[in-house]
Amino acid sequence: MGMTAIVKRIAMLMTPATCLLGVYIILHGHVTPGGGFAGGILVAGSLILLVLAFGISSVKQEINQNNAKIALSLGLILFWSVAFMGLFHGSFFQNYLKSHSASHFLSGGNIAFYDIAIGIGVSAALFTIFISFLIAKKESSTGS
Amino acid sequence: MMIVLIALIVLMILGAIVALESRDLLSAIISLGIIGFALTIIFLVLSAPDLAIVQIIIETLTLIILIAAVLKTTRADTSETVNARVVMLWISGIIFMGLFLLSAVRAFQSLPEFGALGLRMAQAYLDGFRQTGASNLVTAVILDFRGYDTLGEATVLFTSVAGVVTVLRKAGRKD
Repeated sequence: MGMTAIVKRIAMLMTPATCLLGVYIILHGHVTPGGGFAGGILVAGSLILLVLAFGISSVKQEINQNNAKIALSLGLILFWSVAFMGLFHGSFFQNYLKSHSASHFLSGGNIAFYDIAIGIGVSAALFTIFISFLIAKKESSTGS
Repeated sequence: MMIVLIALIVLMILGAIVALESRDLLSAIISLGIIGFALTIIFLVLSAPDLAIVQIIIETLTLIILIAAVLKTTRADTSETVNARVVMLWISGIIFMGLFLLSAVRAFQSLPEFGALGLRMAQAYLDGFRQTGASNLVTAVILDFRGYDTLGEATVLFTSVAGVVTVLRKAGRKD
């Protein structure tokens, strides 16, 4: 199952770096270019690279579809709850954590947490779509 | 910079024409890739790295999926155009081109001079930083000024994934 040894080796080398770059882009979305969407797509792309190189059966134990679905729901719930917390400080979507020093993790206040939520949601969404295509193909080829 | 932009746009137009006219579906898809990657370089030249990151990853994923689909099915473009419809196609094409040119001239006349936006954008960045504290104004607009939009977008993403899983998976079906 999977591709040749060269592709597997390159994928093993590339996946941690790509995933780390995605997490960096998510966490620094309010300081540098990027944000939840771009970083989330990068994280999902690194996982998809792993699945493409090693085949669906070898990575199924660690990152299966149910975990991705839970992460997707978690991202949306996190976004909602951060937005709802604003109600205690005035209004829905109130930015109650903001500080006026630039290039700091909390310099954008709530924006960092929205970014993390969007990043989790987008990466899980792309990965779920990809893996359900694979599973559907497997189910249709085995018959039943 | 203007010359680079014009060269890239001409390359994109050529890629689109080749993608339309080619009888081999694989080369049509590769010409589609030219459009997407040239668009990535245009985003970088116009200093929009946010869009460039998303565009290059989405373009690569889409190309992989399309090439896999072509390799699994057929490589020849088998669509035939009926002779009587060709006249209608030409007429509607010319009418559309005229409307497009008319509205493009109106739209481009109302745009400011190329490169004249610099000071206005700098002022917008300063105002945005004072109001939100985020030094990346794009993220500040997406997640603070237009937070409801992003909430709706995340909900649409969730719904689409639920739809894909419902359509594709056999696990929950009754029969």
